[in-house]
Amino acid sequence: MSFIKNYLNDVWGAVKSLATGMKLTSQYAIHHKKEKITQLYPDNRDTLLLPERFRGEVVLIHDENNEHACTGCTACEIACPNGSIKIITKFDITPEGKKKKALDTFVYHLDMCTMCNLCIEACPTDAIKMDQTFEHSVTDRNDLIKILNKPGSRIRDGVE
Amino acid sequence: MYRESTIVNESASLPYNGGDEGDMIINVGPQHPSTHGVLHLIITLNGETVKKVDPNLGYIHRSMEKMCESLTYRQFIYVTSRMDYLSAHINNHCCALCVEKGLQLEVPPRAQVIRVLMDELTRLASHHLWWGAFAMDVGALTPFFLAFREREMINDIMEETCGTRLTMNYMVPGGVMADLHPDFQKRVHEFIAHFKKKIDEYDELITDNIIFQNRTKGIGYISKEDAIAFGMTGPSARGSGVQCDIRKLYPYEVYDKLQFDEIIETGGDCFARYMVRMKEMKQSISIIEQLIDNIPEGDFQAKTKAVLKLPKGEFYSRVETARGELGVYIISEGATTPYRIKFRSPGYCNLSALDHMAKGQKIGDLVAIMGALDLVIPDIDR
Repeated sequence: MSFIKNYLNDVWGAVKSLATGMKLTSQYAIHHKKEKITQLYPDNRDTLLLPERFRGEVVLIHDENNEHACTGCTACEIACPNGSIKIITKFDITPEGKKKKALDTFVYHLDMCTMCNLCIEACPTDAIKMDQTFEHSVTDRNDLIKILNKPGSRIRDGVE
Repeated sequence: MYRESTIVNESASLPYNGGDEGDMIINVGPQHPSTHGVLHLIITLNGETVKKVDPNLGYIHRSMEKMCESLTYRQFIYVTSRMDYLSAHINNHCCALCVEKGLQLEVPPRAQVIRVLMDELTRLASHHLWWGAFAMDVGALTPFFLAFREREMINDIMEETCGTRLTMNYMVPGGVMADLHPDFQKRVHEFIAHFKKKIDEYDELITDNIIFQNRTKGIGYISKEDAIAFGMTGPSARGSGVQCDIRKLYPYEVYDKLQFDEIIETGGDCFARYMVRMKEMKQSISIIEQLIDNIPEGDFQAKTKAVLKLPKGEFYSRVETARGELGVYIISEGATTPYRIKFRSPGYCNLSALDHMAKGQKIGDLVAIMGALDLVIPDIDR
């Protein structure tokens, strides 16, 4: 007899706890508007705010005169753990007639980058930063290899 | 001292041709929703009863230890985020501790507190995900969404301060990479208030549920002696009554100054392991509450040389991740890169006890046992 009693008790308990759970679930179903956490991406693209420290991709900062602060020291290239940065340098001739090392091409492999932020930390002149962009999908892998310095850009005066 | 273990040393038999007549051998995974990753289990069944579970690993092996040997002491830390990706912060912490031990570097008090705060937030996020996934394994779908709601708040806090949500790389040798975001304290206070309101819902939905209790109580039993013999650590071992919280036994950073309990349950079954994690979540909240208003002022990073070189020797550090004890062992020859790195991951040892736990249980319970172990496959394979 006790077996049947225990069994019935179990069934009753199961039904009761099911009802408790369903009550909570239905509460959420009815009052879902109070606590809306889902974002309607991509409809909210214009209003979407990402934190300023968000690591989207590495960019070289250019000012309005198309000038950047990269000296071509390759500190970021050395700091990068998986070789996603390649700095190609050239020699500029200064007005005094001296040779000076300068940046020629800043090649950035977004396809290899893990957003570890070590290049930003290593940069002595704060020439690069992490951007907030995150929609990186392309149809060709080669499109992910980027040249960060804009055509015709030059180093800002006074940056050593 | 502990009684001798009851584990019998069985001769290693091939899983494919071993077993008696009438046994059925089925494969679970490598792609199966309940294995939470690419874990492949070769199961020998007699009817519905599990006779043997043979985990087959290697599907997500990335040879991390070898990879780290070619990276400098600053660079190799980011790789370990990909080990146990749910407690990425704590993995990075362990590596940073090991390098600091080699350099004999003093970490500023502010950095220590930030590290502990981040560790506990990571532990909370990890336990939240485990709670949702475990409930889903035993057949309840709603908890998964509730758990992700809370986890999202933690991820937002992480995103604001560290810049990324999952693989942070925020710990560097000597401190942390950046100072806390000005909104950090406000956001954490908001989270604590939210969490305290919602934790009762968790108990109401799952812990007090009779169906859930019937599915987990007495399932996957492992004794204290066996748990020690298998090298189990973390909440899985504490469910069997093993004292193994590294935060208590070998305190690092500011853990020795904090008031918190080591949660120990003696049930040894899935429900005991479940209760350990549920109570641990409340302990993590209490640790965060103690620290959040008492973050000391000062530097967030100690001054280090541009190129780190560890002296010749061997260094070992251990931390308590959300899954158990993580150890990082570095052998240095005095160069800028480690000569050899070994990671002792908690998931691997916990998985080794799966066969012992599942023997004699029904195949439906195997999923519950795996869920209660909280396996993260990239942590097991590395």
